[in-house]
Amino acid sequence: MNPLLISHFTATSSIGRGLDETLAALRQRTPGLKPCDFDTVDLPTYIGEVAGVDDVVLSAAMKDFNCRNNRLAQLGLEQDGFAEAVRAAVGRYGHDRVGVFVGTSTSGILESELAYRRRDPDTGALPPNFHYSKTQNTFSVADFTRHYFDLRGPAVAISSACSSSAKVFASARRMMEAGLIDAAVVGGVDSLCLTTLYGFNSLQLLSTQACRPFDAARDGISIGEAAAFALLERVPQNPAPDALLLLGIGESSDAYHMSSPHPEGLGARTAMEQSLKTAGLTPDAIDYINLHGTATPSNDAAEGKAVRAVFGSATPCSSTKGATGHTLGAAGGVEAVISLLALRHCVLPGGLNTTQLDREAGLNYLLDNREQPVMRVISNSFGFGGTNCSLIFGRAA
Amino acid sequence: MTTLTAYIEGIGLLGPGLSGWSEGREILAGRQAYQPQKTVIPPPELLPPAERRRCGEIVKLALATSTEAMAAAGVGASDLPSVFTASHGDGHNCHTICEMLASDDRQISPTRFHNSVHNAASGYWSIATGAMAPSAVLCAFDASFGAGLLEAMTQIAVDGTRCILIASDTDYPEPVFSVRPLSELLGISLVLAPEPTPQAVARISVTFSNEPVDRLSDEGLENLRLTIPAARGLPLLRVIAAGETGRVVLDYLEETRIAVEVSLC
Repeated sequence: MNPLLISHFTATSSIGRGLDETLAALRQRTPGLKPCDFDTVDLPTYIGEVAGVDDVVLSAAMKDFNCRNNRLAQLGLEQDGFAEAVRAAVGRYGHDRVGVFVGTSTSGILESELAYRRRDPDTGALPPNFHYSKTQNTFSVADFTRHYFDLRGPAVAISSACSSSAKVFASARRMMEAGLIDAAVVGGVDSLCLTTLYGFNSLQLLSTQACRPFDAARDGISIGEAAAFALLERVPQNPAPDALLLLGIGESSDAYHMSSPHPEGLGARTAMEQSLKTAGLTPDAIDYINLHGTATPSNDAAEGKAVRAVFGSATPCSSTKGATGHTLGAAGGVEAVISLLALRHCVLPGGLNTTQLDREAGLNYLLDNREQPVMRVISNSFGFGGTNCSLIFGRAA
Repeated sequence: MTTLTAYIEGIGLLGPGLSGWSEGREILAGRQAYQPQKTVIPPPELLPPAERRRCGEIVKLALATSTEAMAAAGVGASDLPSVFTASHGDGHNCHTICEMLASDDRQISPTRFHNSVHNAASGYWSIATGAMAPSAVLCAFDASFGAGLLEAMTQIAVDGTRCILIASDTDYPEPVFSVRPLSELLGISLVLAPEPTPQAVARISVTFSNEPVDRLSDEGLENLRLTIPAARGLPLLRVIAAGETGRVVLDYLEETRIAVEVSLC
């Protein structure tokens, strides 16, 4: 495939607002997880909460979009000069030539969960200030982003569970390659809500401690929230050596089970192989693998088999979910940004919380940070329902 | 302006008073009167019994229209990339979850939770058909049909492979119904190919437009188009059903529409 330029990017998660804080947390190995104290949730688990989301104020024109997910989206857009970079791109290309592709799994469902507590006792009606289309609906966060920049081009929410904000790169890339747009705002935003906390609890997939990816005793995920965005443009004729590029994309489906991965990691393997193929690279060209690494026993086992099948056991890899928690529909975006930070700053982030590495996985799983030249990184995202996506990023030179 | 071209090889249709493409085309072309009645979804034979019991209406609707479209196109699903688009997920399941989470008993079941993901139809479909090809799962509220069509057309243009577009919308119960009045189920599936094939029924070329949207002259059908996001694709199906060659403009986002040039094969 023709590579794309990642001209700007940003992430806000429980480990920090924007790139500087995120990088500092990764370097200092500062965890973002804490015992769950969200809303009225009474589950013995850990969460990765973004501080100050409820202090974000939306403009008067955007007030109907007000919900935790869109407040988090705005907080994310306003870090690192990202919004200014998008506005400059809109100036260059026009309002109708910049597309919006945002991944989310639950969008503003929390707003509905709260509204259901305030139903009219006589009629059962939802409170009058509840705006379904601008909050709960899956499109809400993409629509918010579109209105935030007053864009007129194509806009869509991608919602394939935990691969959502990796898949946005694939859809945006196709639309740019087809010539419908010149630039794309891609990203992922998912925020804490009761549906996912109680839902993953019902599947017995929540850890009672901060999640431990690829630990022999791992016992489930810690749910987090995040907003991550990137601006995609065409690669200029002579990109700067430190320009960061999207080099390859692989997509596949497991066709196996709604909430369990293929036991041999077949779909995951296909996604990684496809991404290498589209990038025109062999496995030995990859310096670091940012694993999906959710810390459930079956996910990590399946991913380990898939990674071994494609890369063998030597390539350094880790999951950064021990730091951020599993940010679900935002995970692909957050981990794309962490991969880009690894490339820019030549640091491979070691996994947090893991003390007894699962030797059966047979991977070169980093438990400490490593500073080394990094040219190319692959980031894995595998979703519920078996939707898989692997992205390869690299430096121009 | 960029134009994307594809060939429609198979069509699936199910909605109120539209029991399939073979019957629906007669109604859309005006050769048979339209009589609104509740959508009847056939049992999802493709799914194993356990999954059949667990899945929601949106899954069954997607399976029904995609099965009809793939049969007409004479293609299997195993290596067919898919594009699922829906203006929302399973509204009844979502309602029950919100109701439980607002109550003292928040222990929602695992099945209820995995049915709540927007890609439930994609997941069940890939399990039912063994399709391991990529699946894109989209939502653009009222613009969902257009968003799906654009994604499918760009896959055809860029990847050069066949793909299936599966647009589905289902109803909402109260209290959400009052703020999102969707009372009916309607789905459209299109198998699209990059090159003409013997089974191709129409060639379509898609571009952005700001022309006025094409409406349906039958009041009942126009009502579907206005009230169910997936039914925004019906004017395209009407042109094909009528055996016409020409341009049809579909609703997409507020100030952006999609023009489709249709010529029959």
